[in-house]
Amino acid sequence: MPKLITQVGCPYCGASCDDIEVLVSDDGKKILETRNACVIGNEIFHHVSNPDRPKRPRQRQTDGTMKEISYDEAIDFTAKTLIKAKKPLIYGFGSTNCEGMSAVARVAEKAGAVLDNCASICHGPSFLAIFDNGYPSCTLGEVKNRADVVIFWGCNPMHAHPRHTSRYSIFPRGFFTNKGQMQRTVISVDPRETDTAKLADIHLMIRQGHDYDLFDAFRTVLRGYDIPAEVAGIKKEQILEAAEKMKKARFVMIFFGMGCTHTDGRNHNIDAAISLTRDLNSITKASIMAMRGHYNIAGPGQVWSWQFGFPYCIDLSKGTHAHMNPGETSSIDLAMRDEVDCFVNVGTDAGAHFPIEAVKHLKKHPFITVDPNICMASEIADLHIPVRVVGVEEPGVVYRMDNVPIQFKKVIDGPEGVPSDEELFDRIYIRMCELTETEPLWIHVKEHAKASSSQVE
Amino acid sequence: MAEFLIKNGFVIDPTQKINGDIADIAIKDDKIVEKAGPGAKIIDAKGKVVMAGGVDVHAHVAGPKVNIGRTMRPEDKLFKSPHAQENYRMEMGFSIPSTFKTGYDYARMGYAFVMEAAMPPLHSPHVHEEIHDTPIIDEGALPVFANNWFVMEYLKNGEIENSAAYCAWLLSATKGYGIKLVNPGGTAAWAWGLNCLTIHDPVPYYDITPAEIITGLIKTNEYLGLPHSVHIHQNSLGVPGNYAVTLESLKLAEGVKARNKFNRDQVMHSTHIQFHSYGGDSWGNFESKAKDVMDYVNSHKNITVDLGCVTLDETTTMTADGPFEHHLNHLNHLKWANTDVELETAAGVVPYVYDKDIKVCGIQWAIGLELALYAKDPSRTFITTDHPNAGPFTRYPRVIKWLMSKNAREETLNTFKHCSKVVDATDIQSIDSEMSLYNIAEMTRSGPAKALGLSHMYGGLGSGLDANVAVFDLNINDMPDDPQKIEDAFLRASWFIKSGQIVVKDGEITNHGNKRTVWVNAKVKENPQVTRDIHDKFLKNYTVGIDNYSVRDYLAPNPYVINVDVEA
Repeated sequence: MPKLITQVGCPYCGASCDDIEVLVSDDGKKILETRNACVIGNEIFHHVSNPDRPKRPRQRQTDGTMKEISYDEAIDFTAKTLIKAKKPLIYGFGSTNCEGMSAVARVAEKAGAVLDNCASICHGPSFLAIFDNGYPSCTLGEVKNRADVVIFWGCNPMHAHPRHTSRYSIFPRGFFTNKGQMQRTVISVDPRETDTAKLADIHLMIRQGHDYDLFDAFRTVLRGYDIPAEVAGIKKEQILEAAEKMKKARFVMIFFGMGCTHTDGRNHNIDAAISLTRDLNSITKASIMAMRGHYNIAGPGQVWSWQFGFPYCIDLSKGTHAHMNPGETSSIDLAMRDEVDCFVNVGTDAGAHFPIEAVKHLKKHPFITVDPNICMASEIADLHIPVRVVGVEEPGVVYRMDNVPIQFKKVIDGPEGVPSDEELFDRIYIRMCELTETEPLWIHVKEHAKASSSQVE
Repeated sequence: MAEFLIKNGFVIDPTQKINGDIADIAIKDDKIVEKAGPGAKIIDAKGKVVMAGGVDVHAHVAGPKVNIGRTMRPEDKLFKSPHAQENYRMEMGFSIPSTFKTGYDYARMGYAFVMEAAMPPLHSPHVHEEIHDTPIIDEGALPVFANNWFVMEYLKNGEIENSAAYCAWLLSATKGYGIKLVNPGGTAAWAWGLNCLTIHDPVPYYDITPAEIITGLIKTNEYLGLPHSVHIHQNSLGVPGNYAVTLESLKLAEGVKARNKFNRDQVMHSTHIQFHSYGGDSWGNFESKAKDVMDYVNSHKNITVDLGCVTLDETTTMTADGPFEHHLNHLNHLKWANTDVELETAAGVVPYVYDKDIKVCGIQWAIGLELALYAKDPSRTFITTDHPNAGPFTRYPRVIKWLMSKNAREETLNTFKHCSKVVDATDIQSIDSEMSLYNIAEMTRSGPAKALGLSHMYGGLGSGLDANVAVFDLNINDMPDDPQKIEDAFLRASWFIKSGQIVVKDGEITNHGNKRTVWVNAKVKENPQVTRDIHDKFLKNYTVGIDNYSVRDYLAPNPYVINVDVEA
């Protein structure tokens, strides 16, 4: 009899849905069917059985071809490369668990590396704003149970976070919002008529790059001052109408995405958005949240903040202390200045996401990709080390976009002999200690307790 | 494991009424024993003070609000992370240190156990991930209950048994230690941007008052017979004139007797009482009411308090008292983080500079110390700074210095710009008393251990207790003239043995020890209504599945579970 596993977490987007049901074959080896998942989430679960999936590390040969090698050889190569490098860059982590991030942090500290995550190229500007202005936020359940005005600013959850609107933000019937969508006013601020904008009660088709102006206009109006007849391409009447909705609301929720962080103004837009939220809290209740992209991209910000005090762009090369200065210690800037002499890509695809000039510089030096799948970063790498897929073959803690920790399950066994990110980087760490003749530093006596309790619960 | 003999130190142990006698302390494996074998390693403590490992009853050291504080305050690291020990993990941060630094610094100060003071249940896996990454020290965490939908509903209907069944379930689901109350009802009101400033303000929608929540949770706690009492952060924190609310809340414990098997006497622990001992009706006529509050505490033996001393530092305030942080942010206009947690609680974080040249800060500093100096029973009055709210825990030695030396207090007071105004608004200058090392041991060891129901493990040097022994470079018969040397001695222990391992020597970490997570498993008889209510709320109102809510065992890999069998 196939077995149905319920309340499974989905390793796709930042909505980190944990209500997926997965039907697993008799022998526990194959996923037959998923329920509740969106199309992309469904694909992630089925992708693990892709027959072309690499199951051994592959190293580039002098003739340019890739050759399978053993995990021990791959671990040895990575350890030696990290020790030899003066300033390695370890980047990625959108798609792995916190246990893996923690294991990598120990390796990075040992190697004197720069540790950075995908926030560097997406919500990095949000962090800059948070450093300046704070982060008045809430968990997604508060949105579901209370929010009656929901603003999507520069984000399109209907495509990027397909179940966000049905689980948390527009449709669900919450405790104080038992009429669901009927009880909510949805405002979309977007230069395009996205599918989210089509759903909205008010669509403010903002002139691209003028987000700051519009945030400012809202703040001005809410403080009782007049604004020009048109701001950021939006008529004054429309701004007043939306501002009135916010004022009259019991609970205003502002979600913002890449449309805000990666347009003119960048961190200043987010700064203004946070200030708007603060202003609204003098009138009613308001909260703000970054639409984080991957299911655990909030994770490295958490893990490294408690380990090093910084969420991203962490330069550990000084040895005595960590240093963060985005612009100086951020991945793209380091790569563009050709300042790193080794690159390790973990659980992301820098090959696809980085500017080509940055990739060209990185390619001058050893380039290692750790990822379950074939991707651009794996295909240009000198070494590709496949690992188990978190949330499918490996359990662990992930942080949802609202920084709520969700304990993901595993539903099937991974391919034989393929380690998790955590196991891989712990082995790399041990090898580095052997090579440098130093004692490994475990915080905990039973560092690997997880191994014995990682069964499906 | 090994045997140790700590020889010839001045032993100070209030649990055995030992005050500076020269004696030897023997250790075998992870326990203190009567006698060591011939092969025991000798630690020479001659001319030094020997105490049990410290016990911190209240500090914010792990979890989401601590971490948003770290995230949003890079400046807390800049030029403020001086300690780097070769071959140990990096140590970053001052007021909100990294987990590694937290563990190392507590150990350097000879602390064995620290209670994380407020765990949002939904975020409990996060709290345990951080506890996991905090080396050496044993830790527990108190989940917050006083703004929880289940609790408010049960207590409104007077259903103590149901409230108890729910609390027991949540303690085991979150691997929590006891029942914490933060701004009862007020934080729930904050979900709509409101607050409860007295204990009679009704909570919006729930139509229950803070007084009813407090009384109900005291009853729940004693029904369950938990090791610790309710641990309360009262309403109206940080507001001039709030001492009246404080006294009114403390009175709710009158006549209630402790019911437990853990040698605990109190039924209410009122935390960071400094923030709740304010007179006046504005910041203009703000004054100390420490005497009024301590007079009450002194005459009511079923109450314990901790101080929450202001240390005059730049720090980071953080509390589940969401409305208070919003209010504070309107006072200082610095950055503000807030997290409202579905069905359970909220939290806020605001950086704060306790500037010695601001009158109010000076008065707050004085109040914290006055409370201790007015205490008739130091073993019910514990040293804390509500870390990091009134100051970082690394300032405990400085608080000890102030308490032990009138000169040290005078010296600090004389640097204040508004010294005379601070003197007028407080009694600090007229108090001549100085506390003894014995008092300090009561306030940092035997007292808090007993209040937490952990006196069978921590707080003393009697045989059978855990082998947590700290040696400080102080001669009880020849105390230094310079009070700074007292602070220095307590900041860096000469030796610290934790669970039978030397973890600190000459103030430096030597070992990652064997840290444990201490939690309470209260077993109540099955309660179908509560079980149904829990499943119902997870189905309808939570956004996380119930399967993925309870903290998995591997996150607390070295647990010490205290089982409580509840007799119905």
